[in-house]
Amino acid sequence: MRIEEITAKQEMLNAGHNACPGCGAALAVRYLTRALGPDLAIVLTASCWSIIAGMPPLTALKCPILHCPFPSAGSVGSGVRRGLNAKGKHDTTVVVLAGDGGTFDIGLQALSGAAQRNEDYMFVCYDNEAYMNTGMQTSSATPFGARTNTAPYPLFKEGQKKDIMQIMAAHGIPYAATATVAYPEDMERKLKKAQEIRGFRFMHILSPCPPGWGTESSDTIHLSRLAVRTGFFPLYEVFNGTSWKMTCRPEGKRAPLRDYLAGQRRFKQMEEARIEALQEEVDHDWEKLLEKIEASRL
Amino acid sequence: MAFEIMSGSQAAAVAVQRSGVDMVSAYPITPQTAIVETLANFDARGELGGEFVSVESEYAALASCYGAAAAGARAFTATASHGLAYMHEVIHWCSGARVPIVMVNVNRTIGAPWCLDPDQGDSLSQRDTGWMQIYCSGAQEVLDTVMQAFLLSEELLLPCMVIFDGFYISHTYEAVDVPDLETARAFVGPPAFEAQLIPGGPANLHGLTTGDKQIGLVKNRHNCMLRAPEVFRRINSRFKETFGRGYDVIDSVIPPGVKTVILAAGATAETVRWALPKLEGTGLIQLRMFRPFPGPELCSVLEAHDIEKVVVIDRNCSTGMGGIFAQELQAAIYGMEKPPAVRDLILAGGIDLTLGMLDSALEEDMAGERSGQQWGDEL
Repeated sequence: MRIEEITAKQEMLNAGHNACPGCGAALAVRYLTRALGPDLAIVLTASCWSIIAGMPPLTALKCPILHCPFPSAGSVGSGVRRGLNAKGKHDTTVVVLAGDGGTFDIGLQALSGAAQRNEDYMFVCYDNEAYMNTGMQTSSATPFGARTNTAPYPLFKEGQKKDIMQIMAAHGIPYAATATVAYPEDMERKLKKAQEIRGFRFMHILSPCPPGWGTESSDTIHLSRLAVRTGFFPLYEVFNGTSWKMTCRPEGKRAPLRDYLAGQRRFKQMEEARIEALQEEVDHDWEKLLEKIEASRL
Repeated sequence: MAFEIMSGSQAAAVAVQRSGVDMVSAYPITPQTAIVETLANFDARGELGGEFVSVESEYAALASCYGAAAAGARAFTATASHGLAYMHEVIHWCSGARVPIVMVNVNRTIGAPWCLDPDQGDSLSQRDTGWMQIYCSGAQEVLDTVMQAFLLSEELLLPCMVIFDGFYISHTYEAVDVPDLETARAFVGPPAFEAQLIPGGPANLHGLTTGDKQIGLVKNRHNCMLRAPEVFRRINSRFKETFGRGYDVIDSVIPPGVKTVILAAGATAETVRWALPKLEGTGLIQLRMFRPFPGPELCSVLEAHDIEKVVVIDRNCSTGMGGIFAQELQAAIYGMEKPPAVRDLILAGGIDLTLGMLDSALEEDMAGERSGQQWGDEL
């Protein structure tokens, strides 16, 4: 896709929103709303986007946003879908937007319930890997080894990042996919595909966070791309929980994980042994993913 | 219309079906379960008229009602006890967002320890959440009040809780005059409020605000709720024209010359009503609406009959203070020229009300004290 083609599309996100410079979440929602709009309703749970959207009656988006309590996003989405149906608005795309906290942690029960019922809407998680709106506290999406304000030096995040995609795939939902801001065309293709599917759809979007990760705002796209090239965040989709497909495979050998970790302040004092442990975890997950993809071809 | 034998829970479910809802979203909990099951049976027979959603928690039940109501749909849920407590955050959120929702709460003690008896502490601990609260004393009242609650809620854009005692009402079968579907649907009508969430244009609904704007929202909600008695009477007057019966925010039975009344809400009001012939010189005030609190109505009745003593039945206790209905009454009568003395009979744990307890509370010499407490288990 040429840059002119991208910029010619209808923008749903206005200039003057409240995101930090280089915010991956702002970019993600810009791509999301542009791909899915204009007949769109967004349910928004507590997250950075609660601030980015602006203070009512002002708003950063051209579609309606319904704010909801932190753990409730998955359930409010169910209600909005059924409420709009009752009003004859079957064609409106309902998107529930949540951060990693509202998806992996406090929102997981509502998300699981809605997925199990196969509610007809799209749940989009923009994952910046910690509670960033409150200033970088550990979530279960925080990667092993990272430092946060609830795991400050010499502490570090122990335990793996929760594998939300496997959890969602295990629900057998019609569609689940990963995406990240360095690959807008890949993201758009997935969003449009998801929009055409009925039932529960899940998008997991890695969204770099310059103040939280301790990076320059100009590094966002670079890091998003490295996350894919190292295999730390592979781009793939899962159909009906059983059919796995890679959409953007790194060319040649995967880049070493330390390329991705370097330059991020949250990994700055990471000991060599832990870098190796995280590399092993990434390698292991990569192999498991390839096995699932291979098995899906059979 | 036809009389049918049904429980209070079934009456609540029938009222929902007769009213016509777009969505019922609920989660089972004793002693509310029969409401959910009866509604599911309507759904199974294709007679509900809206969608029935079995969600994974009470929190999800009310949160999905919030979403549906924001989109302009009529939503209903029902719960009890721990379920209501679990919803607490969303209970606040719904009234702040000014979405009309009707929720039935069947009173049951909140643990620990586990206890199923009908303490009112569950609904009373949601007193300050911005929901209207109406307490019912029998199955007929439950059916009628649920139908009326949709209209009340949609006119004031405030959610409404309809409350009754577990087992004493939820599981007791009574003869209930059930309106036919057509008349009931015509009475309640389609949802009478505008959607907040309208696709196609920008809107930032219930996003971040500041205290200086929030105080205006709180004041507006408060002033709207204060209109509830007037709206409730108007709805009941139309209800009476259609169905031949109606209610007020408080109902009193005070024979001439009586100087002592019992104030009760829910099933105990019905118990007292039946006991009145045996309680010489005693009247009854049934407190039906609790939020908004009908202070002016209460004062006016107490003044008109020159009441000297009120025995308040509190099937609840605010630890460290006492029965909640008694506290509220005392706050309301503070400005009266000759406020009556208040004797608080506490039946915490949802214990049964006996004639012996009433006799003791009524005979108790208050020795000139303006207020006092008695524990039901000591009488």
